[in-house]
Amino acid sequence: MQAPIRQPSPEMNMPLPDINVPAAGEQRPAVDTELKLSATDLNFFYGSFQALNNISMKIYSGRVTAFIGPSGCGKSTFLRTLNRMNETVRHSRVQGTILLDGEDIHQLEVSEVRRRVGMVFQKSNPFPKSIFENVAYGLRINGSPNRATLREAVEHSLRRAALWDEVKDKLHQSAYGLSGGQQQRLCIARALAVNPEVLLLDEPCSALDPIATAKIEDLIFQLKSSCTIAIVTHNMQQAARVADYTGFFLLGRLIEFDRTAIIFKTPARRETEDYVTGRFG
Amino acid sequence: MTSSLLLRRKAVNAVMLTITGLCTLFATGTLVFILGYLFIHGGKSLSWNFFTKLPTPVGESGGGMANAILGSAKLLAVAMAVGIPIGFLGGIYLAEFGGSTFSFIVRYTTDLLNGVPSIVIGIFAYTVIVLPQKHFSTLAGGLALGVMMIPIAVRSTEEFLRAVPVSLREGAVALGASKAKAILTVVIPAAKNGIMTGIMLNLARVAGETAPLLFTSFSNRYWSPGWEQPTAALPVMIFTYAIAPYEDWHQQAWSAGFVLLTLVLAVNVIARMILSKSKHVAR
Amino acid sequence: MAASSTTITNAGPARPARSFVQRLRSGDEVAYLITFAAAASVLLVTGLLVYELYINSSASRTKFGLSFLVTKTWDPVAGQYGAWPFIYGTVVTSALALFIGIPLGVGAAIFLAELAPPAISDGLTFLIELLAAVPSVIYGLLGIFVLIPILRTVEPAIRAVLGWTPLFQGPFYGVSLFSAGVVLSVMIIPFIISISREVIRAVPADQREAALALGATRWESTWHVVVPYARKGIAGSIFLALARALGETMAVTMVIGNDPKVKASLFAPGYSIAAVIANEFTEATGQLYTSALIELGLVLFALTIVINAMARILVAGTGGRNG
Repeated sequence: MQAPIRQPSPEMNMPLPDINVPAAGEQRPAVDTELKLSATDLNFFYGSFQALNNISMKIYSGRVTAFIGPSGCGKSTFLRTLNRMNETVRHSRVQGTILLDGEDIHQLEVSEVRRRVGMVFQKSNPFPKSIFENVAYGLRINGSPNRATLREAVEHSLRRAALWDEVKDKLHQSAYGLSGGQQQRLCIARALAVNPEVLLLDEPCSALDPIATAKIEDLIFQLKSSCTIAIVTHNMQQAARVADYTGFFLLGRLIEFDRTAIIFKTPARRETEDYVTGRFG
Repeated sequence: MTSSLLLRRKAVNAVMLTITGLCTLFATGTLVFILGYLFIHGGKSLSWNFFTKLPTPVGESGGGMANAILGSAKLLAVAMAVGIPIGFLGGIYLAEFGGSTFSFIVRYTTDLLNGVPSIVIGIFAYTVIVLPQKHFSTLAGGLALGVMMIPIAVRSTEEFLRAVPVSLREGAVALGASKAKAILTVVIPAAKNGIMTGIMLNLARVAGETAPLLFTSFSNRYWSPGWEQPTAALPVMIFTYAIAPYEDWHQQAWSAGFVLLTLVLAVNVIARMILSKSKHVAR
Repeated sequence: MAASSTTITNAGPARPARSFVQRLRSGDEVAYLITFAAAASVLLVTGLLVYELYINSSASRTKFGLSFLVTKTWDPVAGQYGAWPFIYGTVVTSALALFIGIPLGVGAAIFLAELAPPAISDGLTFLIELLAAVPSVIYGLLGIFVLIPILRTVEPAIRAVLGWTPLFQGPFYGVSLFSAGVVLSVMIIPFIISISREVIRAVPADQREAALALGATRWESTWHVVVPYARKGIAGSIFLALARALGETMAVTMVIGNDPKVKASLFAPGYSIAAVIANEFTEATGQLYTSALIELGLVLFALTIVINAMARILVAGTGGRNG
């Protein structure tokens, strides 16, 4: 009874018009075909419950892809399959393929996958260590570099996360002394420290106030040229602001996936239109 | 990241899994070993005599520990009479009327009493009963065990009463019951599983205690009528027989140990089973 | 106009709160008084305990003063009493118990809380908690007839490896500080495991996930993130285990050798506070002897109170982490 998932519109292979105005001076690649991650016929089960149904999607390099949909639609579940975090749940099963730069992530070493595909969680979860040690953790387990390299890498990550100026004088204080928004940016810095190629953000702003949210959205703009970004959000305006592509999930299926402008202005599917115009959800 | 580093990290992962697993195996293995050894050494030589006969002089066979079994039972009876009322009622106070500084002090003191070594509690019972009376008695031993029961009874009663949902209490009071009636007819019955098992576990714990009895109820090679005479107790007999130089007594110590351990563990297992079953009952 | 009855009846002056008699009849006041009395008697009993310990040790306290704690002689015949050999024995055996018990206990707790599948974890934890219910005298029984013979066979090997330290020199007759320490370690391991396991399981899942998402292996996530998060509770469990070890009487007195001397070697027989009280109390002749033993009880009491208090602070501190 389901209509087939709509193919992305023919304009997908053309250069992206300026729907999302980037920050001044932002670099942007001219052609939009480089595929970073792709899912094909992905099914996911929690025990006997099927949480994801035949999801096929492409995530493009250097772009921001947003997943939207009502609570429980599977968007977070799908995000977590991309770095195999779903494997931490007992009795879970994955069917289908996920390719990272053409390689099947289930054939790769899981810790390597997670280093290349980083994740920031809904509620910030810094370790009970100092700010410095939080950011350095990923570096330490991936081959303890010497102190100088470590310090440089930590500073670089904190700058990328737009947090350096606020914490540079208190690097060795506890991370728990930071505000909610700062802790979330710290978690972003921590994830960035291992130089991931993809960054998965699972509703990163849902626990933050509007100002902190704005700071993180600015961050996403700055990061996307160096790092492919996938973001789950329940806030449609946020998706419209930051994302180049948007996927609409409903009841474990990917209803529609296209460039953000199309999803929000001229969606092909009825369900998508109902959701983005606020008729439900 | 080099693949050799990854291999090393995976190796460390596997090694630590093994090491911690071995630690667990050691801990569980010890219990299995204790049970098995006691069964082999004590269980197989257990005879009817053990349960029915009095101890015989050294060298004579056919002796038993009937008086110790009865003695332990009497000691536990006294202990319950001392420990349960104070513990149960005190627990009700903390759960239902508590909240003030007084409750805080009571709770703190209960924890303090819980941490007192059993031999010190024995000294206490000695100074309070044995010294004035100038003789050992079941009463003194029972008092020592009863004092040991108090803190656990208070804590477990309070915990299980608190676990009863507020909605149940409110339901009773809304129907016109006074607070006391609500507690008596609704709250306590709702918590009865937990409270009963708490008492069982408490008894099992003090049944195995030896130290506080050494100079309160002391020991007795004969029956001990009434409550004012020294009495034999199972754990004390085990101690006395184990350190004696007679092989026959060692054998009896094993039998007694087996009986004591079986009783204690059986009560523990049953209590936990009751507890876990009641946890799965829908609210 | 005279006041007259209308459809709205006058409610009259505010009714007084239920009178004392009414409350008494309904049982609330009685219930309160009875339970209050029970709660108060906990305080009474504890107070009385401290008082009796203090009063009945007065003969010894006034005679020896504070030097009691450091005097090495324990000579009932000469009337000279000192606590040092027993404090030494208690501390040494407990330290040895912790030395063996902490790695084994925390290791097993980590396995059960983090690395093992839930069904196995629950089943094994149940068995281990049963170990905590085994009476002390049973441990003593096994200590005498099983552990000491084993240690006798193992002793040459230990001596070969560690005999160069003063800790493992001198003759070994089975009963010794070493045997007592080993028995104690087996007795405290279930406590360390049971509490540490709970504390580790209580670490929020998002901490683990954060580490795993950075590519950490399970062990790395456990050791670098989860265990440090739980370290206060684990330390608390260790203090609780220590408090138990200090007060253990029967198992210790059956294997320690009961010799009130201070020797450097673990192979030597020794004595602990609880053990000497257990052994000599009924044979104590004269008021000074008994009061010295009771004073030892007071020392033990103080020691365990302090350790227990520290344990409680640590375990309580694991609830509620700001973040």
